[in-house]
Amino acid sequence: MQSVIKVSNLTKQFKGLTAVNDLSFSVNKGDVYGFLGQNGAGKSTTIRMLLTLIAPTSGEIELFGMNIKTHRSEILRQVGAVVEKPDVYKYLSAYENVALFAKLSGVKVTDKLVMDQLAMVGLASRAKDTVKTFSQGMKQRLGIGIALVHNPQLIILDEPTNGLDPQGIADIRNLILSLSKEMGKTIVVSSHLLSEIEQVASRLLIIDKGKKLVEGNAHELFDPAQTIVEIETTDNLFALQQLQQSRWQSMLQPQRSHSILLKLHRNQIPSLHKNLVEMDVQVISLQPRHNLEDFFLQITSNNQHVQAFTN
Amino acid sequence: MYKLLQIELYKIFRRPRTYIAFLAITALVGVIQLGLVKNGDDYVNFVMGNVMQSFSFDGKLLNGYLVCYILLQLLLVHVPLLIALVAADMISGEANMGTLRLMLTKPISRTQFLLAKFTASAIYTFMLLVWIAFLALFVSMFLFGVDDMVIQKTNYLVQLPVGDVFWRYVGAFGFALLSMLSVAALGFFLSNFAENSIGPIVATMSVIIFFTILSTMSIPLFQKIQPYLFTTYMVNWKEFFDPKVNADNAVIVGSLQHPDRIIQSALILVLHIVGFVGATMVLFKKKDILS
Repeated sequence: MQSVIKVSNLTKQFKGLTAVNDLSFSVNKGDVYGFLGQNGAGKSTTIRMLLTLIAPTSGEIELFGMNIKTHRSEILRQVGAVVEKPDVYKYLSAYENVALFAKLSGVKVTDKLVMDQLAMVGLASRAKDTVKTFSQGMKQRLGIGIALVHNPQLIILDEPTNGLDPQGIADIRNLILSLSKEMGKTIVVSSHLLSEIEQVASRLLIIDKGKKLVEGNAHELFDPAQTIVEIETTDNLFALQQLQQSRWQSMLQPQRSHSILLKLHRNQIPSLHKNLVEMDVQVISLQPRHNLEDFFLQITSNNQHVQAFTN
Repeated sequence: MYKLLQIELYKIFRRPRTYIAFLAITALVGVIQLGLVKNGDDYVNFVMGNVMQSFSFDGKLLNGYLVCYILLQLLLVHVPLLIALVAADMISGEANMGTLRLMLTKPISRTQFLLAKFTASAIYTFMLLVWIAFLALFVSMFLFGVDDMVIQKTNYLVQLPVGDVFWRYVGAFGFALLSMLSVAALGFFLSNFAENSIGPIVATMSVIIFFTILSTMSIPLFQKIQPYLFTTYMVNWKEFFDPKVNADNAVIVGSLQHPDRIIQSALILVLHIVGFVGATMVLFKKKDILS
């Protein structure tokens, strides 16, 4: 498999703070590579290093088999990116912004090129309007349109759904899938929301405090059979005592103040519910959790599992 | 590089802020010219009262050339503030808008990016001076006509024949361009350190005002440091209006009293421009873009 990004032992320190710590990963051609981590985990710093906005303290970055330090321009010609907020020139129109950045990317600017790009992100009808009149979602789409205007092979989207409404999020998701499946682009998409990434990513990397936690294929990583269940009752202390004396004891997870967490097989959920009723526990809610925080709980509570993917 | 420069100029001239300077200059020059049209003779009598008691003048004392000289003395103190509005915004403005990171993910080098930006600021400065020249010199020549130009210096009076003035203005405006470029370079340099425009604009203005005060006050303590302040050399455009005189105290046409001062001042200003822009490049190339 041809590697589009190869990062080796990447470290970035800011005045004593290690934002990225000995990070290594690779992205293959055609991947939709999910880059997950909580806010402050080091995702944006890593992405900025990939785009030469930040210089690494140590480590190597290769894109398309070329070193980013020595072949910067050649590499960036093949990369389109939206880094955090899609900020563009607010006093210019959508058309002018796309044309300006297309020119900067070395593309011959034609009316058709610009309008096609705006149509692709659903902004053709607002082409002549200044960006200051746009909503956050429209700016996000314009940012993506600009990132794609020079037909890059690698697309890097840093938190592309930030500030978007559900329809906007769905639009971005569909666009990512279409770019990957129909146009064969390699896409790196970062997010702190697992639910977003799992719907589009073929491979993913999870980092925390600048260090790699897990890297692997998404379908292997997200074992749908295993889940964390959060239970809220009228008396959590009583419920916890009951569970500790039952066959569920080994599945209990580090506790939170207002709920009880258990890690179990999805098929066991009806049985758990039945047992709770039998134990006279009054359940207010019982729901499988599916967010990054709980996923971290899962992977950090099972070293073997982490090890398998890390290797 | 040419493509980048085109883009930078396009961005400058699409921003409403850019035109504040042109409007301010137009308003200021227009008001002064109007005042001089109405009460110019009174003004000249007031300014040159002592001299007029000792000498008699033929012709038009208040002519286009003298009006331009009066305007330049007033304007060239304030124009740096208008130049700072654009030059000090060049990098910090992009950082503030968030467009800096988008620009720098494009296949252009940081050196090219900065050179294009500074060249665009320089072109803006040049255009502003051309506009000042048009209003202050050509419009004044049209409104007040031309004649010999009489200027009162500290200890003596200079009378430049009408045919010996225009080239001096060309030189003075050329020198003023260097002065203003050094202001633009300072603004550009300070722009590298901030992520909003206000800070570097105010800092540039403050440095210019502070240094200008130190440069112009005849206090022994300040006089010791004046040679080290670039603002000291910014006012030397006036040297173009100081000609050599012959044994009869008549002006030698086409001459300059102190060409060495002009050359030295110009070189010092060029060094400052190169220094400020060079330092910006060195710092910016190493800078992590976190905005």
